[in-house]
Formats: sequence, C-alpha cells, structure tokens
Amino acid sequence: MSSVGDAAAAPGMAALAAEELGAPGASGSDAGASGPSHGLRRRLRKEAGLAYLLLVPVLVLFGVFSFYPFLRNFKLMLYKTPPFPGLPAHYVGVKQIWPTLTSTQFTQSLVTTIVFVVLVVPLSLILGLVLAVIAHRKLKGMTVYRMIFSSTVVSSVAVASVIFGTLLNPVVGLLPWLGINPTPPALESTTWALPSVALITIWQFLGLSFIIMSAGLQSVPDELMEAARIDGAGAWTRFWRMTVPLLSPTIFFAVVVSTIYAFQAFGAVDILIGPSNAVRLHTNVLIYNIVNTLQVENNPGVAAIMATVLFLILLGLTLLQMRFLERRVSYAR
Amino acid sequence: MPAEEGSDVVESYKRPKRRLRTIGAYVALTASAIVVLFPIYVTVVNSLLKPDQLVEQPPPLFPTHPQWHNYVAAWTTAHMSKYMATSAIMTVVIVAGQLVTSILAAYAFAFLRFPFKRTLFVVCLTTLMIPLEVTFITNLDTVTSLHWFNTYEGLAVPFLATGFGIFLLRQAFLQIPRDLQEAAQLDGYGHLRFMTRVAVPLARPSLAALAVFSFLGAWNQYLWPLVSTGGTTPLNTVQIGLKQILTGTEVSSIPVSLAGAVIAFVPLVILLLVFQKQLVRSLTAGAVK
Repeated sequence: MSSVGDAAAAPGMAALAAEELGAPGASGSDAGASGPSHGLRRRLRKEAGLAYLLLVPVLVLFGVFSFYPFLRNFKLMLYKTPPFPGLPAHYVGVKQIWPTLTSTQFTQSLVTTIVFVVLVVPLSLILGLVLAVIAHRKLKGMTVYRMIFSSTVVSSVAVASVIFGTLLNPVVGLLPWLGINPTPPALESTTWALPSVALITIWQFLGLSFIIMSAGLQSVPDELMEAARIDGAGAWTRFWRMTVPLLSPTIFFAVVVSTIYAFQAFGAVDILIGPSNAVRLHTNVLIYNIVNTLQVENNPGVAAIMATVLFLILLGLTLLQMRFLERRVSYAR
Repeated sequence: MPAEEGSDVVESYKRPKRRLRTIGAYVALTASAIVVLFPIYVTVVNSLLKPDQLVEQPPPLFPTHPQWHNYVAAWTTAHMSKYMATSAIMTVVIVAGQLVTSILAAYAFAFLRFPFKRTLFVVCLTTLMIPLEVTFITNLDTVTSLHWFNTYEGLAVPFLATGFGIFLLRQAFLQIPRDLQEAAQLDGYGHLRFMTRVAVPLARPSLAALAVFSFLGAWNQYLWPLVSTGGTTPLNTVQIGLKQILTGTEVSSIPVSLAGAVIAFVPLVILLLVFQKQLVRSLTAGAVK
C-alpha cells in the first residue's frame, strides 16, 4: 500500500529538486539529472524536519495511550496484587498465567462470549442481507426505506439497552398482554438472559450489516443479474447462484467486522444484568469479566492476562481480514 | 430494472406479473420497516405515557394524553441536560482533535519525503489492532497520575489521534493530482499554504466521513467514560447517565428513563438524516473498493 504512495510522491519531489537547483544557465531537466547537490540536501532535510513536526502529535498520543499501555500490559501479567488493599504488587513471573487461563471464571467467560458471538453474528448478517436484497430495487420511496434500515447503526448500546430493557420487562407493555410471562423474567433467567442481550445486539448491528451488504450489492453489475433473469433464472436461483457468490468478499468483511464487535460487547450486560443479578455468571462476557477483575477484585495482573487473550483473538481476526483483502487487491490489478 | 417511474407504469399494464412483484416488494419493505422501527416506536409512545398506563392491557399504541412533562423531568431531575452537555463537549473535542491530528499526519505521509516514512505509517496503522480493552487498564493509571481522572481531559485526550483517520485522509490526499501540487509550488505556495488552501478543501468528502465516523464513535462510547469517571459523578456522558437513570428505576419512572433514551438518540438521528452518505462511506471504507 505504502509503496504506491511513495512512488506517486516522487514526481513532485523531482520538481521540487529542479526548482531548487534552478541556477542560472542550467535548464530544469539538466538540474534534475545531476546528483544531489548541497541545495537539494538542505531542501530534503527541511522537508523531513517538517514531516516529523507534523507527526509529533499523533506519535506522542499513540506512544502514551496505545503503545505504552500495550507493552505495560505484558509486564502487568507478571505481577500479582495481594487481596488486601494498600499492599504493593509483587513479581511472580509467568506463574499466574496458566492458572488464570484454566480457571473456571475465565473459561466460562470465554465460552459465554463465543456463544454470544455465534448467536449475534450469523443472525444479524442474514437479516442485514435480506434487507439489502429487498431494498436493492429502483422503486419510489426507497430512500426512506434505506434510511429506516440503516437507522439502528447510530443507536448506542445504552439507548438500545433502555429500549429493550422495557420491551422485555415482565410487567410493562406487550409481553404480559401476549401472555408471555416467564418466571423468572428473561433477563433474570439462566437460559434466556444471554439470548436477550444477543437480541439487543442483533438489532443494534442490523443497520451496519444492512449498510455493508447494500454497498456490496451495488458493486454487483446490474447487467449481469438482468442477463441471468432473461436467461430464465428465477429469483431464488439468482440469489444463491449469483448474488451470494458475487457478494462473498463483502460477506466475509461483514463477518470479520461484526465478530470483532461482538467479542467486544460489554455495555448491554453492564446495564441490563446488574452485579447482584443471579444470572451474572451466565452473561459474564470477556470484557465484563476484565472490568470486574480490575475494578471489583482489584487484580490488574489477571485482568491483563485476560485482555491479552482478547487481543490475540482480535489480532487473528484482523490478520485474516487483511490477508484476504490483500489477495483481493492483487486480483483486481 | 426500469430507469424511470413512467416506463414502470407503462410496463406494468403490459405485464401484470411485474406489477404484482412491485406490490410484493412494497409489502416486504413496509413489513420489514415496521419490525425494525417497532422498538423505537414503542419507546417513544411509552415515554409519553402516565406510569399507570404502562401496565394497561392491551398496551396503548398511541399516547392519547401525551405527558410531555416526562421529558422535562428527564432533562432536569434526571440530569439529562448535564449528561448531554458533557457528551457534547467531549464529542466536539474528540472530533476536532482527530481531524487536526489526522490532517497533519496524513499530509506528511502523502506529500513529504523523509526517512522511516513507511515504518512510521505502519506504526500508525498498528494502533488499529490494539483494542481499548487492553489499553484501558494502564490508561486508567496514566490518567490518574496526570490528575485527569473524572475530568474532560481524561475523557477526551486518549482519543485525539486515530489510525483510521490518518489512513483515510492519506488516501484522499494521494488522489490530489500532482500537477496541482507543482502548480501551487510554482505560485510560491509553501507546504502550510498548500495544505490549508488546496489539500484540505479538496479532501472535504473524506474529512466529512471521518468527522461523522468519529462523532458516532465518541458519542456512543461506553467503556472508557464508565471507568474513567467512576460512573457515579456529575461528569457522566449520556450513555453512562442512561445507565444511572435505568438502574435506579422503579416502574413509576420508566417513562422518564425512556424519555432520556429518546433525548440521547436525537442527535444521532439528526446525524443520520443529514450525513447518511458520509456515514455509509466511512463505515464501508475497506469493504468495497
């Protein structure tokens, strides 16, 4: 990626050098051909100085708030905090890593997160794709429908939680009227609490999923679909034999992006399942576990270990996506 | 597919099957729209009810006597006004900061030649792979030792630089024709003037996409505002404020908490209505093209 940019910048540089070397008697092209002179070097040094100056803000911010904490996380993993407040953490090396990874608190939380991801990702993507397909026609008023289908992308996790917290309330509104009156209520049931939180997340993801799928559909040439239609392929065949294969890069992108988001779910659990709720152990997604370990149990070492596992999962997903995108780019050129 | 409405009408007389399909499409679209919007609609209705109407059966599907004072209560006694102000200040600072730092860095990567350029660009992109869930543990300590715990600085400063923004704007800057840069140089434009008068105005679509994207991200942030303010102080963002309102909720104040949710949602609905194009552009960066 970056090499393309550098190459593109080169002609500009040649012009710069030529201008700088525009001494009397020497034509522009001659000056460009001659080796770097004192003036050119000074010019380049000045340019490099300016570049570093422009980069200072981002490099300082990234250094302090991204790279330093990232590296310190590995150090934290090696320190154990005593269970009594006020005592300093002491070095234990790699000793607490394995017990943490095999603790039921962690494995349960990892399994819960994976179940959550499996509930959220396929459903939100399928629903998003269905919406994108039915909205992929030139009809009057389609702008309004597209706006509606995209709308949940701007909903925050807190807004969605308040909305669904009330919808799922056992006393208020629809559920009691429909006669759906489970005891315990959905958000306090060991079976239904996690699916309820997943439902909220699916609704929240629907907008993003629709937007990504629509963008993908728009890149599928209409003539291709029209040709298939004229050849007598029915809607169902066209969908499975043409739309889905042509859309596979988009679907892959959507899978990775929404998996990454789903692994980072936290807010809905924090808001809807209080710390005192009996089902907390069944909705203890990774981030909730990390925050709880850090703030309630005051144990940064163990929190750092779990955060590292999350990082490795997200890194794997990102690399998968990058490798895939790179391959696609090389096909395209 | 017909390009114009008129030809659609003409054809639909010729082909009743086609007309049927159009009607079917509208039915599917409308049904889906109702399902997607239903939770929001119920929330708006419920936010305008009297508390005892909430348990009525069947539930009212229209507020016959809208209780607008629920919104007044959410704004004042439930402190939504304070939460909105905190979120607005934090969001504006983050959006402005991200735009400025990204413009500066992207300009260097797109237009200047300097040693370690590739390496530094990769370094900037690497930050996209470091999740907040890893960094917040140490950032809490950093912010505390800077005496920024529970302050606007603590809320905003860690987010003033973004690898995504640098990437997006560098792409935009690279699309500016080289001829233009050379012409500007011949006219005696220095880098600062070229940046502010030529590069930034030409990159406006990408700047808008970045601004909308970082607005959405900042306004909807949850984890960091929760831990970096302690979550129980007046300096809460709307998201944390909603949690405060909701967790202290009895049935009687449900309409007020729903009114709070509607208030928190309004700026984002405006964002969607006005900047849908830019939003789509930023969200699909990397997906298509």
